[in-house]
Amino acid sequence: MTYTLKRRAMVFGAGAALGISTLMASTALAAEPIKFGVVAHLTGPLAGGEAVTHTPNIEFWANQVNARGGLKVDGEMRPVEIITYDDKTNPAEHIKAVQRLATQDEVDFMLSPYGTGFNIAAAPIYAKYNYPLVAVSAITDQIPTLTKRFPNMFFTLGTTSGFVEGVRDTLVTMRDAGTIGNRVAMVNVADAFGIELADKARPMLAEAGFEIVYDKSYPLGTPDLSPVIKGAKNAEPDTFVAWSYPPDTFGLTEQAIIEDLNVKVFYTAVATAFPAYAGKFGSKIEGNIGAGGVNPDTPIMQEYRTNHKAVTGKEADYWASATYYSSLQVLEQAIEGVGTIDRAATVEFIKTNSFDTVIGTISFNENNNSERYWSVGQWRDGVFRAVADTGMGDSVSAVAKDGWN
Amino acid sequence: MQNLALGGLLLAAAVVPLVSDGYWLSIATTAMMYIALSTSWALFSGPTHLIALSTGAFFGIGGYMVGTGMSDYEQSFWTMALIAPLVATALALLVGLATLRLSGVYFVIFTLGLAEMVRNLVSWVQNNFLGSRGLYVLTDFTEAHIYWMLLAVAAVVFLAGSWLNRSRLGFALRIIGNDEEVARHVGINTAWSKVILFMTTGFFAALVGAIVAPRYSYIEPNVVFSPELSFMVVIMALLGGVHRLWGPLVGVIPFTLAWEAITVSFPNSTTLFLGLSFLLIVYLIPHGFTGLFETMLGRMRK
Repeated sequence: MTYTLKRRAMVFGAGAALGISTLMASTALAAEPIKFGVVAHLTGPLAGGEAVTHTPNIEFWANQVNARGGLKVDGEMRPVEIITYDDKTNPAEHIKAVQRLATQDEVDFMLSPYGTGFNIAAAPIYAKYNYPLVAVSAITDQIPTLTKRFPNMFFTLGTTSGFVEGVRDTLVTMRDAGTIGNRVAMVNVADAFGIELADKARPMLAEAGFEIVYDKSYPLGTPDLSPVIKGAKNAEPDTFVAWSYPPDTFGLTEQAIIEDLNVKVFYTAVATAFPAYAGKFGSKIEGNIGAGGVNPDTPIMQEYRTNHKAVTGKEADYWASATYYSSLQVLEQAIEGVGTIDRAATVEFIKTNSFDTVIGTISFNENNNSERYWSVGQWRDGVFRAVADTGMGDSVSAVAKDGWN
Repeated sequence: MQNLALGGLLLAAAVVPLVSDGYWLSIATTAMMYIALSTSWALFSGPTHLIALSTGAFFGIGGYMVGTGMSDYEQSFWTMALIAPLVATALALLVGLATLRLSGVYFVIFTLGLAEMVRNLVSWVQNNFLGSRGLYVLTDFTEAHIYWMLLAVAAVVFLAGSWLNRSRLGFALRIIGNDEEVARHVGINTAWSKVILFMTTGFFAALVGAIVAPRYSYIEPNVVFSPELSFMVVIMALLGGVHRLWGPLVGVIPFTLAWEAITVSFPNSTTLFLGLSFLLIVYLIPHGFTGLFETMLGRMRK
């Protein structure tokens, strides 16, 4: 026991000495960078989404902050430095890399990972070292449970129920306007999130008076989706809803064009908001509906999209891109608000303040959840506009799809 | 003397979480997971020389069942950690009966597809009959708890292995591995002997999968049913050598550390290094580190 105590005292002493020497070094050299760590999926199944939504935003954000001279901390402007590790989309590697950032690289802050599972898997480590975790690409109905467990965790992109409710509300509005009838064909990818969404949608749509005339699933990674679309077509629906992942969002759309699936609403979930979706199908997807959406008309959003393109050479997606950038702005404003590198104080600052971001003002409720997000978007003239939201209030009304031209 | 040494090793392993925290503990936990998996893998594949690529399938069943049981059926972690290995054992029985009459490469190919098949099967069942609210595994376990549980499993695998080596079943398996024809002629029920051992590795892989599930907190089927895991286990076991019980152990530790160094230094080419190390092991040290030590010892004696 005495041994451990002694050891600890020694370590503490060494740490303090090191702290003092770094302090001296930093005042002497001035502007030592603030280190931000991120564990990204550079390879593996989620690498595609990461490369569209997260990586360019991190590059863009670091560029913007450093162009201004950095963040104001301890009375001086310090540039930001990003340290990235690849986890191969593997949770065990992810956990190890987060630990490495926290204890070997000793980064000052961390940027949230891509994917619900990875945010939750990393949360205990963030909590242990007091890192604020402003999650974006994490959609779950367990927010209260999770934030109770991990009080340093924040959510910005909504809940699973919120997403399905957005679709239901869009359909109800269109039916009440006489645009569509009651017949819905619903398909889903037979994998975690796809099953969960379909499970929520079934009773919700039935309760809203819709008739599910076709209800099928397909395995993750199915290369040929033509039977799915043919089956849906035979059921003669007014509305087609697919709880899909990126590859099948593309696959289903392609088959729908081939089969000329004649529906007033064609909804696909993840990746509909990607610029590559419009890039691939051009004007044929005019009027398509999908998960996400933004309000592209605010000056701040327009400025964000233009500069994002200019700095990274890539177009921001029409869903989580802007929210991810906003999460970095929240972190940035909280760090400057606290005025010193104090992670616990930064967490507290995020809880109690509101932040001006490219998606508007963000603040967090008692469950650390930001209740402002777009949930359903529609492609209109090459732009994916929000047609349903929670707390945003700036969605436009959805219109019927008019063929695949 | 040997028992004393083993006890000392176990004790040393048990205090790891007390002296190291954070980064090194997370490496040790990953290493301990692979020690349990590789050693139990070698119980079957060592004597029979059948390369089973099924670890991912059984590991996935462990993780998936804990996820669905805790999330959708409000079962405790312990109940699910008990049920999952039994389900995996039953599956190993079916798979073993169907495939262990096949020999050599046919068996390898079948097990390679097994993880993918089981993932699709459970997804289909869940989609059509059970439904899902997301596979959350939220417990109060810290990394140290998970490490200790894995250590306990690894210790049990070692006990089982050492009992097996001295048992009639182990002897039978060695004969099967050397010449199945001979084994059959001396009256060994070759199919059943192999099936029983295959069930044992399935049991332990699922148990490890169940224990690791709280570490992941959220289970994604295509992550737990990972073909890469099956390959990693094989490579580590071969690196150590599979003809000794402690072979995989001496393979896992250097490989985990080397892998960590590769991940940090060459984050974009890890798969390339995985393939290269596979080639190097097979060509340069076909009997693993243990084989190498034994050859060197033999030479010194001469």
